[in-house]
Amino acid sequence: MEDMLAVSIWRGGEDGEFVSYDVPRLENQTVLDVVTYVQRKLDPGLSYRFACRVGMCGSCAMTVNGRARWTCRTHVSRVADDGRLEIAPLRNLPVVKDLSVDMVDFFDKWAKAGGAFSPTKSRADDFAAIPPGDAKRRQANAGIECIGCAVCYTSCDVVTWKPGYLGPAALNRAWTLVNDTRDGLGRARLRLVAGDDGCLGCHSQQGCQEHCPKSLSPTAAIAGLKRAVVVAVLKGKL
Amino acid sequence: MSVEGIQSRVWLAQRLSAMVLAVAVTVHLGGMILAVQGGLTAAEIIQRVGGNGVAASFYGIFVLAAAVHAPIGLRTVLLEMTALNPRVADGVAGVFAVAVLVLGLRAVLGFYQLGAV
Ligand code: SF4
Ligand code: SF4
Ligand code: FES
Repeated sequence: MEDMLAVSIWRGGEDGEFVSYDVPRLENQTVLDVVTYVQRKLDPGLSYRFACRVGMCGSCAMTVNGRARWTCRTHVSRVADDGRLEIAPLRNLPVVKDLSVDMVDFFDKWAKAGGAFSPTKSRADDFAAIPPGDAKRRQANAGIECIGCAVCYTSCDVVTWKPGYLGPAALNRAWTLVNDTRDGLGRARLRLVAGDDGCLGCHSQQGCQEHCPKSLSPTAAIAGLKRAVVVAVLKGKL
Repeated sequence: MSVEGIQSRVWLAQRLSAMVLAVAVTVHLGGMILAVQGGLTAAEIIQRVGGNGVAASFYGIFVLAAAVHAPIGLRTVLLEMTALNPRVADGVAGVFAVAVLVLGLRAVLGFYQLGAV
């Protein structure tokens, strides 16, 4: 293991540039540790986001050596064999400053895709009993661990090409709700994600699931939405 | 009908036409490979399948599927890769669809007539 890491970090807005820093190499060091070291010891003006440091909040995603990753759970040893790290803001989102991007579009699209649960019962009702083995429950289960980190969104070329495309995370969320038997939005929910900017825009090339740190498969969720669209069209319900 | 409804039908039409094309292209290529084993002239081909109603219908369906499938894909490529206004992309795809259909059906009909003479 080398003693120092050669780190270059994006500084400034969209038209910023990479700046080099030397950071001591430590055992079990994460990429987030490296960024934090730079801010605490070398350059207090560096902007970046994190909160939980344990892979739950989804706020620390950055582009590390060309690939989007959750930096708090990414060990330097896994990504910087030769002691070099290039850390940039996420792609497909406007850069606010340094490593912080503007997530507004990303979350607005969740809302557009009908990301909010639409209850059919009130708190006065009893719990809904859904057996764990239920087919729909299993479909929903496959997608609910999403932490909203936008790694998939930043890795999807369709998002780059078509700024209106809702993107893998929002569509994955929609699929969990389509499979939520307690949800009351029904066909209207499908309509929100049915168009060219919705699930039909996906090319199924799986960039999202290749990069998702939670190993989710938005591609499979989107394929599920496409099947639901086919059924709705054939029934004349869309 | 809603915009999503139309877009979903167009998308489904492209999937269905793809299934037809998969069969049609296989039959077409397979047929050609089998037919030209010992070398074949244009005259021989016309003699064999020109004026044949089954061959003409098969290629008619082939052309129809291509005229549905390709323009929808072209439209998607234009929308993703260029800054074209969606209406313009619709127009280009529409013209392309008509061109494929007319040229294709004319070829099928011409071949049929050649054999029928
Ligand atoms: S599979 Fe679909 S959503 Fe996922 S990266 Fe590819 S185009 Fe984007
Ligand atoms: S699907 Fe995966 S990559 Fe996308 S936001 Fe959720 S956790 Fe992140
Ligand atoms: S800091 Fe919360 S997921 Fe990385």
